Amino acid sequence: MSDKKTYVDRRLPTGDSLLKQLWQDPLGRAGFLGILFILLLALFAPIIARYDVAQINSKARLAAPSGTYWFGTDNFGRDIFSRIVYGAQVSLLVGVVSVSIAAGIGYLFGLAAGFFEGKVESTIMMLMDIIFAFPSILLALLIVAVLGTSIVNTMIAIGIVNIPVFARTVRASVKAVKGTDYIANARSVGLKNSVILFRHITPNSLAPFTVQATLALSSAILTEATMSFLGLGIQPPNPSWGSMLSEARTYMEMAPWMVVFPALFIIFTILSFNILGDALRDALDPKLKL
Amino acid sequence: MNEYLLDVRNLKTYFPVKGGLLRRIIGHVHAVEDVSFRLKEKQVFALVGESGCGKSTTGKSILRLIDPTAGQVIFDGQDITQLSQEEVRKKRRDMQFIFQNPYASLNPRMNVWQLLSEPLKAHFSLSESELRDRVESMLDKIGFTKDQLQRYPHQFSGGQKQRISIARALITQPRFVVADEPVSALDVSIQAQILNLLVQLQQEMSLSMVFISHDLNVVRFISSQVAVMYLGSIMEMGATKQIYAHPRHPYSKALLGAVPSLDPAKKKKRKALGGEVPNPANPPTGCPFHPRCDRASELCRQQKPLLTQQGDRALACYHPLDN
Amino acid sequence: MGHLLEISNLKISTPRGKNLVPLLDKVSLNVPKGQCLGIVGESGCGKSITATSLLQQLPYPLRVTEGTTAFDSFQHGKVDLLTLPSKKMRNIRGREIAMIFQEPMTSLDPIFTIQQQMFEALQFHFPRMSHKEMLDKCLSMLVKVNIPRPEQTLSSYPHQLSGGQLQRIMIAIALMNDPRLLIADEPTTALDVTIQMQILDLMNELKESNDAAVLMITHDLGVIAETSQHVAVFYAGHIVEEAPVMELFHHPQHPYTKGLLKSISSLSGDSNLLYAIPGIVPPGGSWDAHCRFAARCEYASEKCLKDVPALTEVASGHLCRCFLHRQEVEA
Repeated sequence: MSDKKTYVDRRLPTGDSLLKQLWQDPLGRAGFLGILFILLLALFAPIIARYDVAQINSKARLAAPSGTYWFGTDNFGRDIFSRIVYGAQVSLLVGVVSVSIAAGIGYLFGLAAGFFEGKVESTIMMLMDIIFAFPSILLALLIVAVLGTSIVNTMIAIGIVNIPVFARTVRASVKAVKGTDYIANARSVGLKNSVILFRHITPNSLAPFTVQATLALSSAILTEATMSFLGLGIQPPNPSWGSMLSEARTYMEMAPWMVVFPALFIIFTILSFNILGDALRDALDPKLKL
Repeated sequence: MNEYLLDVRNLKTYFPVKGGLLRRIIGHVHAVEDVSFRLKEKQVFALVGESGCGKSTTGKSILRLIDPTAGQVIFDGQDITQLSQEEVRKKRRDMQFIFQNPYASLNPRMNVWQLLSEPLKAHFSLSESELRDRVESMLDKIGFTKDQLQRYPHQFSGGQKQRISIARALITQPRFVVADEPVSALDVSIQAQILNLLVQLQQEMSLSMVFISHDLNVVRFISSQVAVMYLGSIMEMGATKQIYAHPRHPYSKALLGAVPSLDPAKKKKRKALGGEVPNPANPPTGCPFHPRCDRASELCRQQKPLLTQQGDRALACYHPLDN
Repeated sequence: MGHLLEISNLKISTPRGKNLVPLLDKVSLNVPKGQCLGIVGESGCGKSITATSLLQQLPYPLRVTEGTTAFDSFQHGKVDLLTLPSKKMRNIRGREIAMIFQEPMTSLDPIFTIQQQMFEALQFHFPRMSHKEMLDKCLSMLVKVNIPRPEQTLSSYPHQLSGGQLQRIMIAIALMNDPRLLIADEPTTALDVTIQMQILDLMNELKESNDAAVLMITHDLGVIAETSQHVAVFYAGHIVEEAPVMELFHHPQHPYTKGLLKSISSLSGDSNLLYAIPGIVPPGGSWDAHCRFAARCEYASEKCLKDVPALTEVASGHLCRCFLHRQEVEA
């Protein structure tokens, strides 16, 4: 009847800040620290990097990791460590900006579709389905082929490709929340539509959206790496983990460190975002798990 | 000043049933079929009946939480079915709704302070201190202390959640409240507390209330007037005491008779009412109750009886039981 | 005379962090053959998990941490249901002990017809039954539970039937294999009151004709009055009072029982205010080592806040867990 006991404790809004809740969860802490690490690398790149990323040094070509070149050098004698560190900037920048575009636009579409339903919903979702129908890498490449390769266009391409998944997630959440008693209550209390939308529906629909955002970040970074690997993303000599991997292909046997470090950093970054996403979902979900 | 605060006239709420390949409207569910009743100031009027009888839909239609298909709802002299959405929204200050399920009707991300101050902010422009005063005085009325203001709904028990719901509904000092099964989801030992609170607040704040419930005992306690509903229509309506003491509609009698007594020595020796509640999308012809009624005649099958005043009460029956 | 089922000192706990927190303890009950034992209490009192533990169906992570049972099984002799190996337990579930639940609308699988589901219940225990035999049995059971058009009902899907009809079908399935014990967990809570009356009447009749014992679990004292011969009142994981039904309703001893009855009967009184037991039920895991009702009790004394009272006999067959009475029955 009433009060079905759940016997499982979950995190609930206790007024603690989100950061504090994340910190208390060991997974959240791990993910958070991982991303912090990459962020710091990116921010302090000019200070941390030991050499100029574009400087060609024919005498030190394909040098193994040592005291002078921490991660070794590539086929042009460029310091891999410095390139990794600047590559972090690229990865994070592209990831954050493209996901912001996707999330921002996708959120608005999803909110409108879920709240207004009817023709508004069918039109928006049809548009989303069209974008969704393309394999994401292919679509991103297409957009870049049309707009031209540049870091900005890469961000736009990845952004557009990710809009539908946000729209869908938000629309589903909004619909679920709209049917609840507390939204009916908000209406009966006499709140305006705008207040209901932004004060009640939005915060309660955020959990899946936020998890999606962190997952999208990791996928955006991977997409950028892929595009750069294929030569259609970040152009040389700008360092990008993906293009570094591409260049390393021919030299894999001779200089494995050219592959190992970019790959490691890509994996580490993506993993951190994914773990953080999971922990965020737990922290943001106010309901007891029934 | 009108004699009646609320005058519901011929209220009808139908829900379309979509079907077929093109999802056309193939029929309607007659959730509320021609319901009329009146409520005076400070009166508690109960709508009682079993599932599918339309009592909840009636309650929501009166407040336009669901838009009625036809009929008039005259609140304080004004027909609110004719108002625009924005005008209705403003009227909510005076007409509020208390929901059944305290576990679902409070936004889980808002603390008590936010839940109680929000209705005030939506309808009045108050200063910070005025806001605080009103919230604290409401808190006091429901027996809460100030330190509970920062807590979230899940940190309270069912009964406490319902108190918060009630406070949220009454904080704008409405003149009229619809309470939809406000204690049904609560434990028995808590129901009495919440009912007492409702009675107390109703009297203190001079509220008029439409109380919706399937629990006949609770209705007997809290209301002075009652309407027994079946499949969207009122079967019998009048003073609670009279109807409970001498039900004249066969359905009212069966309903009252089905309530288990609290004395094992008085176990039911009467025959249970047979049959099932019919499907509201496919109601019987004539009187909705006739398939289950042992007094039904050919007239009952053919023509639906209208609700008419018969002595001290209103009845929709051709063969009511004698007084 | 032997009881059909004896439960001794049952304790069910759940892990919380590194500790084991009790949700139910010191529960001892006897279910006599052919009678109805009512278990009444509010949410969190432990009544439902008592029943599910008997069928080894406790939801993870709850577990039985103490206690034994003795069930008189005709297949396996006297067995302890709590420790029975799963193969033997499967033979008993659905055959010797059947259970029906609160929500008839979701108790049946929506994608199978009634016939398929009734057959399923028969086939496991009687694999050699022919199709015709099973069909006959199902039809006769549906008639027994007063389903008006049995053949039509058999070929229907659950969503085409009402709550009352579905609950009758659940009772039919439960009684189909002639169980000795029927456990009913809030069987009429989700039903309308006129349908409830039909279902309770039906259960009373069938109990007689099948000579089955019934464990009726409910929060509704009215249902208890209509069905049970013997009642155990649960509060916060304990049995606080146990008595024959007339005795309990006419001479309640425990302040909680008294309070409940007073509360409900005040609904029909003339006073403006109801009698309400103040306070709230203490949630599981927060119980202290003293009487769990003390905080809400108008008779509470110092002793009540220091120790847990034992269940004592206050009249013949009438037990009560309260310091207002003497005579120890259990340590």
